[in-house]
Amino acid sequence: MTRRPTRTAPARVPYAFLSPAIVLFAVFMVVPIGYTVYLSLRRAKVTGLGLGAAARSESFAGLANYRAVLDDDEFWRSAVRVLIYGGLLVPTMLGLALLFALLLDLPRARARRFSRIAIFLPYAVPAVIASLMWGFIYLPSVGPGQWLLVQAGGDPVNLLGPTSIYFSIANIAVWGGTGFNMIVIYTALRAVPTEMYEAARLDGATEAQIAWRIKIPMLMPALIMTFVFSLIATLQVFSEPTTLRPLTNALPSNWTPLMKIYQDAFARDDIHSAAAASVVLALVTLVFSFGFLQLVQRRAFGSEQ
Amino acid sequence: MKPKFRALLLAATAGTLLLSSASACGSGDAAETGGKVELTFWSWVPGIDKVVAQWNTAHPDIHVTVSKQAQGDEEVTKVLTAHKAGNPPDLFQAEYQALPTLVSNGAAADLTKHAGDAKSKFAPGVWSTITLGTDAVYAIPQDSGPMMLYYRADLFKDLGLQVPTTWDEFAQVAKQVKQKDPKRRLTTFSAGDPGWFAGLAQQAGAQWFGVSGDTWSVHVDDPATRKLADYWSGLVAAGDVDSQPMYTPEWNKALNDGTLIAWPSAVWGPGVLAGNAPDTAGKWAIAELPQWTAGEHKTGSWGGSSTAVAAKSKHIAQATQFAVWLNTDPAAVTGLITEGGIYPAATAAQSGGALAKPPAFFSNQPEFYTLAQQFAGTAAGVTWGPNVNVTYATYKDAFAKAITGRTAFGPAVDQMQKATVDDLKKNGFKVSG
Repeated sequence: MTRRPTRTAPARVPYAFLSPAIVLFAVFMVVPIGYTVYLSLRRAKVTGLGLGAAARSESFAGLANYRAVLDDDEFWRSAVRVLIYGGLLVPTMLGLALLFALLLDLPRARARRFSRIAIFLPYAVPAVIASLMWGFIYLPSVGPGQWLLVQAGGDPVNLLGPTSIYFSIANIAVWGGTGFNMIVIYTALRAVPTEMYEAARLDGATEAQIAWRIKIPMLMPALIMTFVFSLIATLQVFSEPTTLRPLTNALPSNWTPLMKIYQDAFARDDIHSAAAASVVLALVTLVFSFGFLQLVQRRAFGSEQ
Repeated sequence: MKPKFRALLLAATAGTLLLSSASACGSGDAAETGGKVELTFWSWVPGIDKVVAQWNTAHPDIHVTVSKQAQGDEEVTKVLTAHKAGNPPDLFQAEYQALPTLVSNGAAADLTKHAGDAKSKFAPGVWSTITLGTDAVYAIPQDSGPMMLYYRADLFKDLGLQVPTTWDEFAQVAKQVKQKDPKRRLTTFSAGDPGWFAGLAQQAGAQWFGVSGDTWSVHVDDPATRKLADYWSGLVAAGDVDSQPMYTPEWNKALNDGTLIAWPSAVWGPGVLAGNAPDTAGKWAIAELPQWTAGEHKTGSWGGSSTAVAAKSKHIAQATQFAVWLNTDPAAVTGLITEGGIYPAATAAQSGGALAKPPAFFSNQPEFYTLAQQFAGTAAGVTWGPNVNVTYATYKDAFAKAITGRTAFGPAVDQMQKATVDDLKKNGFKVSG
């Protein structure tokens, strides 16, 4: 009985600590998401010429915007393009990140700190700036690589053609993203107890065997996490193709789903369709990432349970 | 006015969207302080703050504050967002083709009551672009972009080329350029610049939008536009002209090193050339845009903008007074020409004064503005529709696709028509055609 007051008072303390996060989460996540869902269920309607103050009204649209998104071939075509792009990007980027992390972790590695920063540095360059820079490099008559090619007697390569554009954009993302993923993997690698390596070396294992048999299995959780992050970033790719778009005829305004959403909202002034497409994209992202986690969870984290 | 290198601006788009709420808040407190009216004005014209300073000195009771904005679509998005949020700027720069979008969203006020005799200061063709074919006055015209042909006078001479006066001759010259120097092309067909194509279509006699009663008519696929699309389709297919988009580093270099030797453009061209092809100063000249029928004298307009007043402004009368002054007062227009490099829409300002001398980049052609005025007088009037943004966006996608797929341009025009009409119908506009 006498304990009661002392028990209720501390019960509020955790909430006091949580409140800033909860308030920020509500203001910057829950409310905008709620508003997006609300917008996606509405439509703007115009009467007659549409001129004059009372000509435009907003009304409830039900699921019509969602139906339009799901029926839109262009939306699904952009989704397919993103899958192709992701198929190029994610294995390359994560493969390189893993390779660099393993190389840096070798006992004989030199200039470790410098290499780590050098590989990580492109991540600090904003995607728009990186794309402007790469766009410049890709263009046939101003790119230095192209210039060398011409000097060597070749013809400039069209790096911004309908097919090559996939590689060109994936290249920008690999350049920018490898460093971040390498740091995540490398950090996980440093957390592996060194006794394991000693035991393996005593047993006569080579560095390659240690990497393959010990390091990579121990890295599984980190690899899965970087894969999920890359997957989400891939589905939402926007800055690179949007920045390259004015340089080429090969990139339509709806090349990726997010570009289509941007186009709907800001070029066509149809905020309601854009909201519905955003919700669809978010749900697809959710299904993909949770589905993948569900699939690999038992194998990767099973030992921890 | 000038289109711009959109890529650079996109970097700032996310930021400006956030900032728009912040800067719009500033205009919300446009309250009178001791009978003094405070107005905010969004514009992208360089040096316009100096012109506005003249107004502020002369009108102590109406103070205008300029806020510099990105040009074109980004600003339209910001104005619409600020309008929906309830605190737009009192005045804003509006490109002619964006005006119907702004009006149909209720963002631009009808200034008929306050505009006085402003109508008499402008050519009828210019004035019609801000009435949208109705009796209302939705903005005061500021600058116009009559089109003309820019060509490298020195290279035309070296290669022994005649300046084309008709589009047939233009096509022949394109072939000659390719024969005489396989590295060069006469010009490029840009899928990135719908305003450019729209201007050429106006010259050909296209009238994409029209109003009758309470119904819009849409004729993006009219015979004139088809003729234009087929013409360029042929040139691109034969490789007689280039098909890279304009306003890229690649294009700049091509203009600068003489890979491209002509550019059908508008009166504001010297500013672009001076910035993008600085090595070619004094080497360009202008001529009338090639004609579809020999002996005719017609042109279209690429760009041009006006000063609009926000429907939600608390001081529409004072704002209109300022807008009329800015665009018709001789001192103000002189300021706009010298500081902002615009070509004025007001008829009186198009000769003499600040336009007596050619732009510095065209010192070799003293009669530059005399010719420009002559061409401006032959520009076709335009009525823009309420969703030109959709027409323009479709142009970019459809023509780019036709170029990369090496297909004819005709279907691209069909797509523009269909997308425009579908969008209007979807939004509930009454449409015919």
